[in-house]
Amino acid sequence: MTYKHRIDGRGFDETRPIEAKVGVIKRADGSAMFKIGNTWAYAAVYGPRNLHPKFLQDPQRGILRCNYNMMPFSSSGERVRPGGSRRSKEISLVTQKALLPVLNLEEYPNSVVDVFIELPQTEAGSRCAGICAASMALADAGLEMKDLVCAVSVGKVADKLLVDLDYSEESYPDVSVADIPIAMMPNSGKITLLQMDGEVKKEELMKVLAMGKKALLDIYEIQKKALKEKYHGVEE
Amino acid sequence: MSEIMVKDKEISVPGETLAVGMDVLPGSGTYRDGERIAANRLGLVAIDGRTIKLIPLSGRYYPKMGDTIICKVIDVSFSGWRLDTNAAYSAMLSMKDATSEFIQRGANLTQYYDLGDYIVCKIVNVTSQKLIDVTMKGPGLRKLKGGRIIEVNTNKVPRIIGKMGSMVMMIKDATKCNIVVGQNGLIWIDGEPANELLAIQTIKKIEKESHTSGLTDKIKEYLEKNNKH
Repeated sequence: MTYKHRIDGRGFDETRPIEAKVGVIKRADGSAMFKIGNTWAYAAVYGPRNLHPKFLQDPQRGILRCNYNMMPFSSSGERVRPGGSRRSKEISLVTQKALLPVLNLEEYPNSVVDVFIELPQTEAGSRCAGICAASMALADAGLEMKDLVCAVSVGKVADKLLVDLDYSEESYPDVSVADIPIAMMPNSGKITLLQMDGEVKKEELMKVLAMGKKALLDIYEIQKKALKEKYHGVEE
Repeated sequence: MSEIMVKDKEISVPGETLAVGMDVLPGSGTYRDGERIAANRLGLVAIDGRTIKLIPLSGRYYPKMGDTIICKVIDVSFSGWRLDTNAAYSAMLSMKDATSEFIQRGANLTQYYDLGDYIVCKIVNVTSQKLIDVTMKGPGLRKLKGGRIIEVNTNKVPRIIGKMGSMVMMIKDATKCNIVVGQNGLIWIDGEPANELLAIQTIKKIEKESHTSGLTDKIKEYLEKNNKH
């Protein structure tokens, strides 16, 4: 069985339409929105601020605390049970691990930077959208970062390698599907998140990662543009 | 030969390449990565001869020695007061730095500064672990009575103060309010209620348009137009 065309008609190496905006939550120290197709992520950053409970404090550096949350009405099928789940806890953790390599919090011992990622609607690729939004929000919060982080999912449906799977592809019936979310620091090309659900061959993995890298650089340009737009007019 | 990839006063995002080559020097907010100089934060590019630095546009207050800040008393202990500095760390005001008066042993410290009081103080020391010591000894350092407190982006404070305090003086003269601007982004305003409101609106306007040139004239015009006296 082959997968000839993508259901929504885009090319195999194309992402869904992307929209990004910075400074969407006024009360936060930094915030951003990242929409990829029907997956919408909002990220708000608070801090560096005082960290309680005290036993979490690290006297060497500030810590990063991420919180990923899908809103109850966000999925296309059933209502998502509100509150944390095993899944959201894992995604919060991998988000934190994907963002930490770019952040320098050594100037902020014993403090915390909180990142809240809320998803009002999702259709696959939500952790990647969350990471993209969070990295823009962290930059907006004026934190010391050596790079941004861009993320996208790549994968394989039947015999085709593709970029940015949507829900219909992720759950394509009766064929083998692999879903590989990746996050990358665009300037150094280093990967900060790599997970896999499904099976691919080694050569295919290398190939699909190269496809993902190309898409990530496009996402980077969108992130950069959104960040510059918020401060547009400051140059003078 | 090195090449500078950005223009002066352009916005730069983290990781962006600012220059390539070894004869350009990385200033604050930038770092060297092999041949290239890259942005270490979001900011405004400032090229000064051979150095490139970034001027921060956002972010919370970062405590610095010598800053005059406005703090709120959040706790009273045996030997002093704990203050909220609007940063990630609280400050300590010890008894000997609090007042020139003699404080009796075991005296009730709340009669000097009570919980919830706002004070203007100066940072005398910041340790590596960000323990902050402040003092009340110095000109203009005092407890703030009455008035109201507003919060602004700390990176815009220099604009609100203006060159040699020209901007804040202008607002003070026009609105007849007492104004104290803390480096930590808290501003205290005391005057007639209507004038206080005008002062707040003016400060918010400065914060919003801080990047435009000819701001002083614009604010002068704005004050004249809106001042009903």
